[in-house]
Amino acid sequence: MYSPLIVAEALLNGLMLGAVYALVALGLTLVYGVLHIVNFAHGAFLTVAMFGVWLAWSQLGMDPYLSMILIVPAMAALGYAAQRWIIGPASRGADNSILLVTLGLSIIIQNGLLALFSSDTRTIDTDYAFQVVELGPLLLSFPRVVGLGAALVTAVVLWVILNRTDVGRAIRAVAREKLGASLVGIDVGHIYAVTFAIGSACLGVAAALLMPVFYVEPNTGAAFVLVAFTIVVLGGMGSVVGALVGGLLIGVVESASSLWFGDSLGQIGIFLIFIAVLLIRPTGLFGARQ
Amino acid sequence: MTAMFKSPSRRAVLRGGAAAAVTVLAAPRVLRAQPAAVKLGLLQPMSGFLAQAGDLARIGAEYAVKEINDAGGIKALGGAPVELIVGDSRSNAEAGAQATEELNSAGVVAIGGGFASGISLTATQAAARYDLPFLVDSAVADSITQRDLANTFRFGPNFTMATEVALANLVKLNDAAGKPAKTVALVHEDGLFGSGLAQIMQDKLPGLGFEIVEVISHPTPARDMSNVALRLRSLQPDLIIPSHYYNEFVLLARTLQQQRVKPKGIYAIFGGAASSYQFVSEYPEAAEGVFDCNHWGDPSNPTDAALKKEVEAQGKFFAYNAPINYSLVKVLAEAVEKAGAADRAAVIEQLASAEFASGVMPYGMTKFDASGQNASALPLNTQVQNGEIKVIYPADYAQAEPKFPV
Repeated sequence: MYSPLIVAEALLNGLMLGAVYALVALGLTLVYGVLHIVNFAHGAFLTVAMFGVWLAWSQLGMDPYLSMILIVPAMAALGYAAQRWIIGPASRGADNSILLVTLGLSIIIQNGLLALFSSDTRTIDTDYAFQVVELGPLLLSFPRVVGLGAALVTAVVLWVILNRTDVGRAIRAVAREKLGASLVGIDVGHIYAVTFAIGSACLGVAAALLMPVFYVEPNTGAAFVLVAFTIVVLGGMGSVVGALVGGLLIGVVESASSLWFGDSLGQIGIFLIFIAVLLIRPTGLFGARQ
Repeated sequence: MTAMFKSPSRRAVLRGGAAAAVTVLAAPRVLRAQPAAVKLGLLQPMSGFLAQAGDLARIGAEYAVKEINDAGGIKALGGAPVELIVGDSRSNAEAGAQATEELNSAGVVAIGGGFASGISLTATQAAARYDLPFLVDSAVADSITQRDLANTFRFGPNFTMATEVALANLVKLNDAAGKPAKTVALVHEDGLFGSGLAQIMQDKLPGLGFEIVEVISHPTPARDMSNVALRLRSLQPDLIIPSHYYNEFVLLARTLQQQRVKPKGIYAIFGGAASSYQFVSEYPEAAEGVFDCNHWGDPSNPTDAALKKEVEAQGKFFAYNAPINYSLVKVLAEAVEKAGAADRAAVIEQLASAEFASGVMPYGMTKFDASGQNASALPLNTQVQNGEIKVIYPADYAQAEPKFPV
């Protein structure tokens, strides 16, 4: 029904959308992999980061991409503080309490944002938001191309941190064996908070990539986190590679299903996959090793 | 001589004090004798994704209230001033019903507004429980006035009335240009408003010689229109007929421009942005040539221009919400005037039976039919020409000749 060109473009659109999904999922899967908790406050943190990008643009006149230099460290600090001084102490080491603490935190953040910013949607207008990159006969949206590039770079940086640095080794050690790690002198509380900080920093990047093409209101994060949970399950809980591949795949599926079934039903494909993965391969694509 | 300078006796001072005290005590009675303010409710999305529309509506309604009060208030009630109480529907149907309850508790005589079809449905129903008259402004779903709710009236045209006009004018436009448009794609939001309109178009367009090549629905708020634009690029329809709210219309028009989709015309029916000056001034290229069949004030009425000035003085962009809500407050005030009492039942009775001036809307005399629909409501056709929104049809109100194909 559609020409191959249109289908190719739709799939590329999906790939680029999926890259941003992957960024959101990276933070979620990292926290799960190390702390073994599902962070329900992840969406609220994304919303905070998006408001941060919006504020930097509206108050300081900063370009949303440039504002990463402010937002990413700020989000890392926020993530570190939240885990070290709120989530960690409040949960008293019990996993199911952590779940509730993060849920509570997300409700507090969401309503705090509602009180501060009201429920109005805010957007950023940039000259390049509707520019295109011409790739042969294909017209690719410029912010999407940037999004894909930045997501891939972030994933590589994350992989390097985890595999080639002392902090990364410590994170992996804690993830594998908490007690053993603390016996060899790793400060587990600190590493937990660092993991949270890295996960939140990913959200800072995602927020800066999203704002030129999307809007923010206090519930915006929730829409992405639902997709991110699907990606984490699809890719394998705790797997960085899984989150990246899963994110891209979900983006493509969403784009393809909205091309064929219409935008109203665009997300149906995502949740069909979610159910299928749970039924057929509950460990996810890359999550077999435990 | 000396007596005149005699200091007052103690008794005189007491008498004077008592008299003064009586005067002070009597004062509230004097105030109470002034007529109490007539409270009118305005239900609009003041926050959320439709907040822009609500804000414009508020400006229009406040302008009307000021005019009424400056002219001496409600004369039948001894010059009682009108007090406007704004309820925030927060852009969703549930909150719309809640805000209606709040307006009821605030003691309003009648409510005007609603804006969106989904919100108007729940809000009018909530108001019906208190026999509280509700005059809907621009929400167009036919069903709003088809539920036998005695309290519900609609000032603007409904779907059926509007599409009839829109389609007749579309045929006229196409015929005058030598029938360049044969294929049509419908792009609509998937709520009550967009879906309802798309259904009517699907029923009627084939009979008028147009082939519908595609019907695309999308949720509100939409994140992205690139796939919609892609589908349109592959289908190359002569005409695109969009029906959605402001953000989505802007997103679509800009994405079409980005993806270089160039139909012979974009003919919006109740297009969210096609007749909004914000869109026209922010994205002049995407807006140029866009047609719309929408609520629109009579351009020859000087108050319409005054409203535009007032909106711009408040730092906003003009759109139809201001004139329609201005006019609607006028109708409600006239109904209270005719009823001679700030009484809900009496106002409903007047709305159901009397005729009203239509403010700046091109409706002639407003007269509600048995279902509560204003039988004389009429949308106007506009086109963006050189950065201005010009009325092109009907001839009585036209400011410019249509340019088609664009």
